[in-house]
Amino acid sequence: MIAAHLPALQVVVPLIAAPLIVLARRGALGWLLAMAASFASLAIALALFVQVQAGGLVSYAIGSWAPPWGIEYRVDSVSAFVLVLVSLLAAFGAPYAWRSIAAEVPADRHYLYYATFCLALAGLLGIAITGDAFNLFVFLEISSLATYVMIALGRDRRALFAAFQYLIVGTIGATFYVIGVGLLYLMTGTLNLADLAARIGEVQGTRPVLAALAFITVGICLKLALFPLHYWLPNAYSYAPSAVAAFLAGTATKVSIYVLLRFYFSVFGESAIFERLPMREIFLVLSVAAMFLASGAAVFQDNLKHMLAYSSIGQIGYITLGIALDNQSGLTGSIVHLFNHGVTKGSLFLLAGCIALRVGSVRFADLAGIGRTMPLTTFGMVIGGLSLIGVPTTAGFVTKWYLVLGGLDRGSWPIAFAPVLSSLIALWYVWRFVEIAYLRDAAPALARVREAPRSMLAPALALTALCVYFGLETSFTVGAASRAAELLLGGPR
Amino acid sequence: MSPAGAVLGALLIPAVAAPLIALCHRRPNLREAVTLVAAGALLAAVASLVAPVLAGERPVVRLLELLPGVPLAFEVEPLGMLFALVASGLWIVNSLYSIGYMRGNDEAHQTRFYVCFALALAGTVAIAFAANLLTLFIGYEILTLVTYPLVTHHGDEEATRGGRLYLGYLLSTSIVLMLVGIVLTWEVAGTLDFRPGGILGADVGSATIGVMLALFVFGIGKAALMPFHRWLPAAMVAPTPVSALLHAVAVVKAGVFSVVKVVVYVFGVESLAATGAAEWLPGVTGFTIVAASVIALRADNLKRRLAYSTVSQLSYVILAAAILTPLSVLGAALHIVAHAFGKITLFFAAGAIYTAAHKTEVSELDGIGRRMPWTMGAFTIGALSLIGIPPCIGFVSKWFILQGVIGAGHWPAAAVLLVSTLLNAAYFLPIVYAAFFRSPTGEPHGEAPLPMVVALSATAAGAVALFFAPELPLALARRIAGLP
Repeated sequence: MIAAHLPALQVVVPLIAAPLIVLARRGALGWLLAMAASFASLAIALALFVQVQAGGLVSYAIGSWAPPWGIEYRVDSVSAFVLVLVSLLAAFGAPYAWRSIAAEVPADRHYLYYATFCLALAGLLGIAITGDAFNLFVFLEISSLATYVMIALGRDRRALFAAFQYLIVGTIGATFYVIGVGLLYLMTGTLNLADLAARIGEVQGTRPVLAALAFITVGICLKLALFPLHYWLPNAYSYAPSAVAAFLAGTATKVSIYVLLRFYFSVFGESAIFERLPMREIFLVLSVAAMFLASGAAVFQDNLKHMLAYSSIGQIGYITLGIALDNQSGLTGSIVHLFNHGVTKGSLFLLAGCIALRVGSVRFADLAGIGRTMPLTTFGMVIGGLSLIGVPTTAGFVTKWYLVLGGLDRGSWPIAFAPVLSSLIALWYVWRFVEIAYLRDAAPALARVREAPRSMLAPALALTALCVYFGLETSFTVGAASRAAELLLGGPR
Repeated sequence: MSPAGAVLGALLIPAVAAPLIALCHRRPNLREAVTLVAAGALLAAVASLVAPVLAGERPVVRLLELLPGVPLAFEVEPLGMLFALVASGLWIVNSLYSIGYMRGNDEAHQTRFYVCFALALAGTVAIAFAANLLTLFIGYEILTLVTYPLVTHHGDEEATRGGRLYLGYLLSTSIVLMLVGIVLTWEVAGTLDFRPGGILGADVGSATIGVMLALFVFGIGKAALMPFHRWLPAAMVAPTPVSALLHAVAVVKAGVFSVVKVVVYVFGVESLAATGAAEWLPGVTGFTIVAASVIALRADNLKRRLAYSTVSQLSYVILAAAILTPLSVLGAALHIVAHAFGKITLFFAAGAIYTAAHKTEVSELDGIGRRMPWTMGAFTIGALSLIGIPPCIGFVSKWFILQGVIGAGHWPAAAVLLVSTLLNAAYFLPIVYAAFFRSPTGEPHGEAPLPMVVALSATAAGAVALFFAPELPLALARRIAGLP
């Protein structure tokens, strides 16, 4: 009975938790509810993942209105994988938030944080699960609005500016998206994604459809922070409360990439995008630029969170590179990196939050010698950093493998070498931190610093351990990603 | 213990020893005991594999699925057997030496030192026993990363710089070149397993093979082929036991071992010779051999001279493998052993001189042989072995390499060997001469602490003993080369 309604529950559980938390108005109760919602979401996502692996596709008609007239929730191997990623990071972030939020947000606003967290979770899960283009917009707005609030909760006054900046960019992005969807509706008369895919063939190449493609591409690329549309990201990640930064870094951009994948491969069809239009060239250039320029910018940051944020923009370049490669290996690399980078960057931001809590700063100047006072946290950062570089036995390596393979499949040596050359820049910025942490004399501010409380350190290190686990045992991640890539490449044209 | 169990044991013993050593942080004697016991147990596990491997058995252990179709798997074949035997045997001697050195010089962070050492051995065994390229790559990168804290042990500016070069060169070459080489291998061969005779099909073009070979020999930066050799002298900022076991044996040998392994088991000696795709390689290695020797000749710092000598000697192995005849491949395998014993002795001596006399420069060594007769005696044997003078194992390996080179009619390579032998003599023998025949200067001092003297005498004795009884390495090397 319940099993049949899992797709609805996936969104409804965190969506209901949010108003309950507001009604309770108590931080502790809010935390418990947010925990419960996060873990329930993870359980549901895993159950859906198993169902999809067994049965191929789960379709759920909201309110029993049959698609394409009603809203359809549609879980296939792509969305199931994204649902697992989002709810996994929520489940690691929720226990962490208790102490972290207590330290960074005034007590009377704790319940607001937990409520918006649940809303953001519901929105992100909704984007991944819905099969309806307009419903997707609604969830995009739910998650975005919740995110603006969460960022603005940061104690640094610059958080307000960062939230405002993100709000402007996010609103432009969402507006562009909805204009694009409107044009598509105009031409096809449907909002259901699968139905859109079936009908778009007749109008493919017409000016409104091209305009729709342009609006949707730019709108979504703003949200996923594709270079050079990334400038909102570093501030948003750096000045938001640590728990927010970790959750967003692992999920928000990744879900936007999912939307891009969905529209490019399932709705428009990759031949329309990459063969008739110069989109491949555009994405290749922008991806490579992100991989080198944004990563290069990471080297020159004087603040740990800024460095991680620029690294994220660079790593998003890997994902879009795989999309532009548009072959089985490249797309597998892209999707697996969506997951692996979510886990890696999530763990790194959680650990950076541990440092922020104890040291009160994440400026490199204040972190000299931190390897001696916070050995576990620093060691976790090193492992996460190795995953960013893509050292074998870490999750990041798996991506690199498939991207290089995808480049060779395409017969292009420069593309095959781009990911590995860009990892040298990652090596540079990661090792800069290593030298500061281990080889400098301890900063005076660090004299009385100790490890963060267990409720923060444990989830952070557990996520770090997953970076290594997914580097050693890849049947879950690579299996899911290659099935997703197959589906996208073989899907409706 | 079954052979497969011994393989697993050899991998786990150093890996488990590392946390145990860390736990014994406050009790140095117990901590060093753990290292010695682990080293003994590792040698026992590795040695127990010799008989089965010689009998033709290939024990296999498969663990995880790293990528679809590529497991984390280990398989013992003669070349890996030889390398593991050398590394684990010398770990015992080196541990003994380390105890004397670290205590004699009152070094800080000794626990971290022993922990990283044990992990480095785990990485080395993983490389030696790897059953496919990806497993080898994992061991290779682990070895780089766990030796980084050893290189930067002193934590000062110089160590930071040395560590930067070390990590920069080794990780960059391996990620940019070797990894792409591995992916390319997967792309054209559909497998990464090591198989006798190679895994590349007949349809792979010689241009592709040439590119792959270049990606591997330059990508395996640990082999220190010029221009990717500068990490090795930079790594000399480490405490001497690290230079001795890791940068004369485990790490650098992991490099040339990987090159030989790839040549023999990925390309296949005969197939590679048939394509002619390796014809440029003797030239590059020959240049490295001579150029590094010339630099060694001009280096006044003893460890730096030894490091450049290592760069040159490593290229002997690659040159021998690149000649692609059975005898030269045999010589390449034997030279891994020969250089290991010779060079570790020389580094042990350098560390003993530093500990007893606090001298690091060649020009300060006048008459030191009279004060430290054991140390300089061993140094002389090590030097003779590297020059290739009997009765030392270095003669045997050079003999086979030369036979292979002449058999193939490769006269330029023969000339390189001749010139480099003269250069070897030119940069080692003056040290020996000055040590014994000039009069000592400065404060009087005696030998280094006993464990160090015992260790360096043992490796020197090993270099001589292997000349008289080279049966075991020879038997393994014959099997690698496919000789009866």
